[in-house]
Amino acid sequence: MHEWALAEAVVRTASQIAEEKGLTEITEVNIRLGELQQVDAEIFKFALSQLKTQKLAEAKFNIRKAKAKLRCRACNYEWAFFKDDLDEDAKEAIHFVPEVAHAFLKCPKCGSHDFEVVSGRGVWIESVKGLKSHE
Amino acid sequence: MSDPRVSLISERLRNIHRIIAVSSGKGGVGKSLVASVLALTLARRGVKVGLFDIDFTSPASHVILGISGAQPKEKKGIVPPVVHGLKYMSIIYYARDRASPLRGADFSNALIELLAVTVWGKLDFLVIDMPPGISDATLDILRLIRRAEFLVVTTPSRLAFETVRKFIDLLLELNVPVLGVIENMKMTNSNFIRREVEKRSVKFWGEIPFDKNLEESIGNAEKLLSTEFGKALKRMTTENLDLG
Repeated sequence: MHEWALAEAVVRTASQIAEEKGLTEITEVNIRLGELQQVDAEIFKFALSQLKTQKLAEAKFNIRKAKAKLRCRACNYEWAFFKDDLDEDAKEAIHFVPEVAHAFLKCPKCGSHDFEVVSGRGVWIESVKGLKSHE
Repeated sequence: MSDPRVSLISERLRNIHRIIAVSSGKGGVGKSLVASVLALTLARRGVKVGLFDIDFTSPASHVILGISGAQPKEKKGIVPPVVHGLKYMSIIYYARDRASPLRGADFSNALIELLAVTVWGKLDFLVIDMPPGISDATLDILRLIRRAEFLVVTTPSRLAFETVRKFIDLLLELNVPVLGVIENMKMTNSNFIRREVEKRSVKFWGEIPFDKNLEESIGNAEKLLSTEFGKALKRMTTENLDLG
């Protein structure tokens, strides 16, 4: 599943951040899941639990979902992404590569495909918290 | 805020021996044809090869190789299908036959996504079909795949080379490996391009004569390999890439 690759990326990056911050144990990873990519949160959580390394053994993965908001660059209109407006093929395509939304979606007001994903694109790590050896 | 995908890219490319970015400063010089036929030639030589079309707004390699109906598989990432003996990845699996109007930041995001989730496995060569220009794609490949070697395509036109020359000079200034330069669609005996390339101590791979029969071979891998274009590229591949 694609969710496994994204979970692998989170585990790897959280470990790198911990290394940079000198953390010996990670206690908390705060993740933002953008609605546009339609990541299956349950599969994603399961993948995280299976992939976590020793440093992440006690870590809590807090997942916050972010609504996808789009803004037209031609007329400035802002609108919310509703996956149910799309057929299955389009939903799946956007799940794998969210940027292909530009092929399938257009501004509901002026019809332009030139829009910006203001929020809720994909997976982001908001913060990594943990303990240093002397703590 | 951190983008977790970037950390995965080097892992995904770890088992790829060489990465060749077929590029040019200019459009319409034959990059996609060179990239596609180069990948095909390597596959025919029995080496493990992948072709990654990152010309997201105008992909063409699937048309050149006559690829339709193939789809990647999901297995803890995306596994590209094997077509004509090579692993093939393109945005066409997702955008289908629709136009994908992408600005620079969107291009970068799509590239990072595909680099992070595509599971290439072990390859001798990954050939990247680059979009034209010295902008987002070139800058992203330089940033994300630091060991990429650039194979530059030009035509004999001084108009094309005006930009290609700047592109080569930029790569050299950045100490990026320039594998060589191919002069495509050669119609005269001019040595202008060869002189300019060799003046920069860059390997001139050679000339590909303008092949008026090439167009009718588009979409047919076997026919492509038997064109003058295909034969010239095969000769250059043998002379310039160590295939063991």
